[in-house]
Amino acid sequence: MIKVEDLHKSFEDLEVLKGVNTVFEKGKTNLIIGQSGSGKTVFLKCLLGLFTPDKGTILYNGKAYQNFSKNEKRELSKQMGMVFQGGALFDSMTVEENVVFPLKMFTKMTKGEMKNRVQEVLDRVNLLDTNDKFPSEISGGMQKRVSIARAIVNKPNFLFCDEPNSGLDPRTASVIDNLIQEITHENDITTVINTHDMNSVFEIGENIVYLENGLKAWEGNKDNIYKTDNQKLTDFVYASNLFQKVRITQREGL
Amino acid sequence: MLSNYIKSIGQYFIMIYETFRKMTKTSELKRLILQELDDLIISSLGIVVFISFFIGAVIAIQTALNFSNPFVPKSLIGFAARQSIILEFAPTFVAIIMAGKVGSYITSSIGTMRVSEQIDALEVMGINSLNYLVFPKIIAMFMFPFVIAISMFVGIIGAYTASVYGGFLSSEQFLAGLQEDFIPFQVFYAFLKSFVFAIILATVPSFHGYYMKGGSLEVGRAATTSFVWTSVIIIFMNYFITQLLLS
Repeated sequence: MIKVEDLHKSFEDLEVLKGVNTVFEKGKTNLIIGQSGSGKTVFLKCLLGLFTPDKGTILYNGKAYQNFSKNEKRELSKQMGMVFQGGALFDSMTVEENVVFPLKMFTKMTKGEMKNRVQEVLDRVNLLDTNDKFPSEISGGMQKRVSIARAIVNKPNFLFCDEPNSGLDPRTASVIDNLIQEITHENDITTVINTHDMNSVFEIGENIVYLENGLKAWEGNKDNIYKTDNQKLTDFVYASNLFQKVRITQREGL
Repeated sequence: MLSNYIKSIGQYFIMIYETFRKMTKTSELKRLILQELDDLIISSLGIVVFISFFIGAVIAIQTALNFSNPFVPKSLIGFAARQSIILEFAPTFVAIIMAGKVGSYITSSIGTMRVSEQIDALEVMGINSLNYLVFPKIIAMFMFPFVIAISMFVGIIGAYTASVYGGFLSSEQFLAGLQEDFIPFQVFYAFLKSFVFAIILATVPSFHGYYMKGGSLEVGRAATTSFVWTSVIIIFMNYFITQLLLS
């Protein structure tokens, strides 16, 4: 579980996060949504430890990050898996080398054990016969799956995803969403997904945090997002005609 | 503007400090160093040998053509070629060539990793990305003086070939000039210079790649800026070391 209390972050004169409070629960797919510039990426980078907050506390499994010793911080980073927007796969490494990388760096596994674990996670994300291919030789959807495999190979307690299905066709995006949700449930981990894809919101939004101008403006799940009276959230969620029709259908109970 | 330069200089030294902290796993570092040796040193040998041979030849021809006085011994061509190649051409000129070849490669490869969030991926995993990316390059560039030694040797071979086979002087005269008034300290000075240049060649382009902001267009711009600054710093350090050791 990750608890965020009064999180502030500024860049020079620009205040991006203005006191965010929320809880990301274990075993659930937690979504951060909001318009471009609402502070989603900065928020995620604060959770990852890539940005140091100006004020506020982030508690990982009940312990505040600022109270972690250097070793504890190092251990925490080993418990984190991250799926980047563009995959962030290492270009010079093959699929297998990318996935085995965290194991090589942080475990004392034998080569055989590593190979087995890599094959296990590649099978889990449905990637077959791609072990020796380079990232440039596989499709965008496959790259995302390799990125997920790399993120979970170390059996992390926290999984972070930055717009995991951006640039993918709707079917592949749905596959990736469902894969992340299944992995979250199977491994009982805390997953935080940064997205502005409304399909993801309605498919896997077990806990949704809506950010607006650096503040949490709404929190709920995919079922009660239909009933919200928050005008800016409804404007954001139902921006497309398709989702407006979905909303009308839901409200009319058809 | 001045404050930006001062800030960048400070940031550069912080980068150097951070590069030597929180070391990457030894087995991985060994692999990375061998990889960098191949990318930075071995792959540069071809162009260094080619340029050294022909520049050595040109130095010899130009020296020969400018010695019209019959009282000046012909062996001076060998002497002048040796001095030019060992003192200036091999260490400095080759370093500038390397700033273009190796420097732009370092900046663009690290810059691309920055743009595509690969550096963030390393940081999230708890890896010191500066140590992972820059440290192996610094260690690999410690082999730069060997490149310079090869450049000196090939440059002199070029000078010998052009002057002897071009009919300017005999082989004996060239070899006599080559050994005339040889001061071993000058070779030490050349290698010391090349060692300093090696550190500049590894770190300045890394700095420009690591701290770049923007997209692929900015990667290209960073590579150009990196070449300019690496060359400027090499030229300045060349003057500084020469003043310090030879004057």
